[in-house]
Amino acid sequence: MHRLYLVPTLAINFVIILVPALLTIALAFFRWDGISAPVFNGLGNFQALAGDRVFWSALTNNLIWTAIFLVVPIAMGLLAATMLLIAPRGRTFFQVVYFLPVIIATAITARVWQGMIYSPVTGLFGLMQKSGLPVVNPLSLPTTALFGVATVDLWHWWGFLCVIFFAALRQVPQEQIEAARIEGATFWQMMRYVLLPGIRPTITLMMIMTVIWSFLVFDFVYILTQGGPAFSSEVLSTLAYRKAFYDLNVGQAAATALVISLFGLVATYFYIRVQSQEGEQ
Amino acid sequence: MRLVESRTTLTITYFVLAIGAFTALFPIALLVLNSLKSAQEIVLNPLALPQTIRWDNFTRAWNDARFSQTFVNSIVLTGMTIILVCVTGSMSAYVLARKKIKSWRLVTGYLLATTTAPIQLFLFPLYFGFAKLGLINNVFAVSLVYTAIYSPFAIMLLRTYFLAVPKELEEAALIDGATHWQVFTKVMLPIVSPGILTVALIIGLYSWNEFLIATTFLQQQDKVTAVVSFFLLSGQYSSDWGEIMAAALIIVLPIVVLFVFLQRRFIEGMAGGSVKG
Repeated sequence: MHRLYLVPTLAINFVIILVPALLTIALAFFRWDGISAPVFNGLGNFQALAGDRVFWSALTNNLIWTAIFLVVPIAMGLLAATMLLIAPRGRTFFQVVYFLPVIIATAITARVWQGMIYSPVTGLFGLMQKSGLPVVNPLSLPTTALFGVATVDLWHWWGFLCVIFFAALRQVPQEQIEAARIEGATFWQMMRYVLLPGIRPTITLMMIMTVIWSFLVFDFVYILTQGGPAFSSEVLSTLAYRKAFYDLNVGQAAATALVISLFGLVATYFYIRVQSQEGEQ
Repeated sequence: MRLVESRTTLTITYFVLAIGAFTALFPIALLVLNSLKSAQEIVLNPLALPQTIRWDNFTRAWNDARFSQTFVNSIVLTGMTIILVCVTGSMSAYVLARKKIKSWRLVTGYLLATTTAPIQLFLFPLYFGFAKLGLINNVFAVSLVYTAIYSPFAIMLLRTYFLAVPKELEEAALIDGATHWQVFTKVMLPIVSPGILTVALIIGLYSWNEFLIATTFLQQQDKVTAVVSFFLLSGQYSSDWGEIMAAALIIVLPIVVLFVFLQRRFIEGMAGGSVKG
């Protein structure tokens, strides 16, 4: 009887996710323009990707992105969360403020940064140029475009981590903190030996999620640079999207999607392991 | 809890926290400030206060982004998604939390795995399949896509609420002759209703803000969502940044107001679904 309760969820899930996902795996071995009949292509799509300079730079960009997001927002979030722990007043206020960027639509965040900050005409950068500062719109240069986009995502993201870490820090047993204080621990010792170990499961989980999310990043790149200039900020998800809907090369898009999933899969394995361990407790 | 009391430490603490707040608020302040200015004033200095407040930015934004139509689209899409996720998700969460079926572990693992599946893994066949079936520009079809994507998160979050309900309540109702369905709808659902409200809020936020699926599946002028119509306005129809920021503010303001009033629910919900499992 209770099995029926799962039917709606699983039916929707299978139709929208599972079946198309299996089709994507199949399509990765076909040549297909989305309209005519697919033609079997063996490993042709993967060979084409392996020979494609843009594919490799997109993959590298995803790895750079992952590295940035494993360090910067997690460090910012941890720092702010511990400061919140010390602050006797204003915790709710700061949490709400830090969380605001998280709830604003990515399309809007992207446009605000594009027009009001980076733009040489209407933005803060333009104003700085006029006053003689040597700043350039980072989105317009191949060497900096990816970092320009990443900065926007960082702004959008670190508050989420701060709030999560703060919630976890508050659950560190009071006795451990008291004991450390009586022993005369300094703040940094407290961090190093009591607080950080106390929230290690949360940090681990957030790092796993960061890896997964870093390979999914799409909105900010698509809106801010479309992967440009000269593919310098292209990531795998925008590359796959372009191949499918602009080049009508769905086979190669599917193959790219499989590469994205491969990285996600490894992280997902650890995610499920961590999650189910917590579920058992 | 207080770790340290020294005045210097507190000063440094608040200094760091203030830098964080400034970082978070600065772009938002630019959004609000420039939504009140003319295009020329923005070019002159995006940081300056408006000389005259240009309320007409908002009326022009409302018309040019066709918000009277696209807001309705967004509300319908968001509403349908919330209902679908809450109805299907609460049933699944109940069964999985109470381990009513033998394969609960497998199903839970599968759902967790789909939360991390990249959209690109299923997007392309889904799009061409929908195109074949004539489901592009169909709001209901898009709400099904959202439901599939957001359900696992909702189920994991609701599961924790169901787990907190004492088993004895269920058993007592069964002994009194209630059917299993009655136990679920009359006993369990009212108790977990705060959880369902939290899920509704967060799924509502996600659907309202979503971009990739909406821009791919809803292309017809009268079907696009508010966020996508903002994107189109700012991309091709207008280079008047006063108007663009006004359009942005119109979309963001209701969400921010809702968030400030219900921040605890939002934050705990978003944190809970992804952290506690």
